[in-house]
Amino acid sequence: MSAPVQMSRPIWGWTVHDGLVVARRNIIQSFRIPEALFFSLVQPVIFVLLFAYVFGGAIPIPGAEGGAAPDANAYRNYLMPGIFGQTVAFAAAASTVGLAEDMQKGLIDRFRALPMSPPAVLLGRTLADALRQILVLTVLSITGYIVGWRISDGIPNAILAYLLLLLFAYTVAWIGAWIGLSVPNTETANTAGLIWLFPLTFLSNAFVPITALPSWLQAFAAFNPISSLVLATRELFGNPTGIQPDYWPLQNPILYTILSCMVLIAIFAPLAVRKYRSSAGK
Amino acid sequence: MSSEPAVRAEGLVKTFGDVRALDGVDLTVEVGQVVALLGPNGAGKTTIVRILATLLKATEGTATVAGFDVRTQANSVRRSIGLTGQYAAVDEYLTGRENLRMFGDLYHLTPAYVKERSAELLEGFELTHAADRPVRTYSGGMRRRLDLASSLIAKPSILFLDEPTTGLDPRSRLGLWEVMKELVREGTTVLLTTQYLEEADQLANDVVVIDHGRVIAHGTSEQLKDQIGGDRLEIVVADPAQIDEAKKALSTVFSGDALVEDNKISAPVTGGSTVLVDAVRALDAHGIPVADIALRRPTLDDVFLSLTGHAAEEEKADPNAPVSGRRRGGRR
Repeated sequence: MSAPVQMSRPIWGWTVHDGLVVARRNIIQSFRIPEALFFSLVQPVIFVLLFAYVFGGAIPIPGAEGGAAPDANAYRNYLMPGIFGQTVAFAAAASTVGLAEDMQKGLIDRFRALPMSPPAVLLGRTLADALRQILVLTVLSITGYIVGWRISDGIPNAILAYLLLLLFAYTVAWIGAWIGLSVPNTETANTAGLIWLFPLTFLSNAFVPITALPSWLQAFAAFNPISSLVLATRELFGNPTGIQPDYWPLQNPILYTILSCMVLIAIFAPLAVRKYRSSAGK
Repeated sequence: MSSEPAVRAEGLVKTFGDVRALDGVDLTVEVGQVVALLGPNGAGKTTIVRILATLLKATEGTATVAGFDVRTQANSVRRSIGLTGQYAAVDEYLTGRENLRMFGDLYHLTPAYVKERSAELLEGFELTHAADRPVRTYSGGMRRRLDLASSLIAKPSILFLDEPTTGLDPRSRLGLWEVMKELVREGTTVLLTTQYLEEADQLANDVVVIDHGRVIAHGTSEQLKDQIGGDRLEIVVADPAQIDEAKKALSTVFSGDALVEDNKISAPVTGGSTVLVDAVRALDAHGIPVADIALRRPTLDDVFLSLTGHAAEEEKADPNAPVSGRRRGGRR
């Protein structure tokens, strides 16, 4: 057998090369656990059905057609972007649990002893977790269509909405990655990966109009990037938006969403990479 | 490579909070040598390997691997080593072949080379039949073999094996030893940690005994055995009632104090196999029937006991212990 033959450096650099190798591994992995994939798709679908049929007739959308009277169909159109936003936010938990598992099984140690680019393991993980959301969003969109949700502001805007959702999924995956590398074991990862997501998604306009919240919570909800994400997708899909209180993020939801994603990645990616480099290096 | 040793560590100290895991370890592994770090759980063996494999930074001291400083030239070190840790660190959901491909890609080897090398390793490690099955379906021994194959994908000149057979059944262990002996024959330098004395005896030409973060003995296993005295004679008498009589009859044959346990007498002797004849004659003269008689070279167990005053395997690894052990030393 001949001596090892090294690749020449690809033009996009080793970090991207290594990141894609790890992403490929994580994507293959998610299709090898069909049960996990199945339930990750079923959960948001259940949310759609529950909200559409249980709360649908109870929550009025201010400013929507039909006025202040609860209108089930208006609520479903209002609801779907909220479910989209919530679902992509919960993608972070997959990164948390996945990295905690890699850590516990010694795979992170093995990666760290390879002459590979250190951020690549996290780059690959976050990329794979965000890309998996394409499948989830597809299934959700079909479910939404069945319960009466419609895209009514043109395809280009709808594509932009989906891209915003994927950007957000990628952003929270970095937060999830940082948590996954910070917790001591997978058991903790299972709860720590989820617990911050509940207040974050519910203290937003995902399911109820911000104007329905007590005023001291309104400010928090207004600056919560999930609110701007959900509002932006509502606008881009041509769904009812409700009436927005006078906060800058809600007047410029697309811009605010992109800015907050960039800021969050700029904070959490270096934190996660630092954790990774020293993950066993105490 | 010149006369530079494969591994050279000087005065390694590692503290975790108040715990001094390593307390000044010096270690040299020459090129082509197989060195075993032998010691009980918590002795500091894994910490040494983790420092040498660039996973951990020493609190004090210096180390070079393949001539590169582990602190300042970590990436060059990583290119020269293969590391197999305590737990088969391969992806459960990928197949054996996909795992090898992933690690090969991450070593930046060409796809053609990775393909050829993977096939060769799978063949050599008797995994070809399972190559395209998810690792989840593998037995413990198969996982370890795949783990070892993954470390070898880039043909590293130095291999670190951290308790490579812990938790394996005896048959898988023997299989893995054969594989490792083959690597050694091919000239790979190996630094191995183990708490199994037999493993050190089988694989290594140099044994470094570690206890409480210090090197307490160093030498070939023969040297270590000589250090605690020569052969021992073991006699099992047929009738336990005659044990004291037998001990008295043999007092001229023994060269030191005899240990008596049930119907077994064991004592140091000198003079090689002629003592066997002398012993049988002496017992025969007193009419004491013998159930068993044997001349035994001391094992590394004896060495460990006499060096440390405690047995090497007093903390028998239970299935949960490795995980908590790794995390204690490995996380946060």
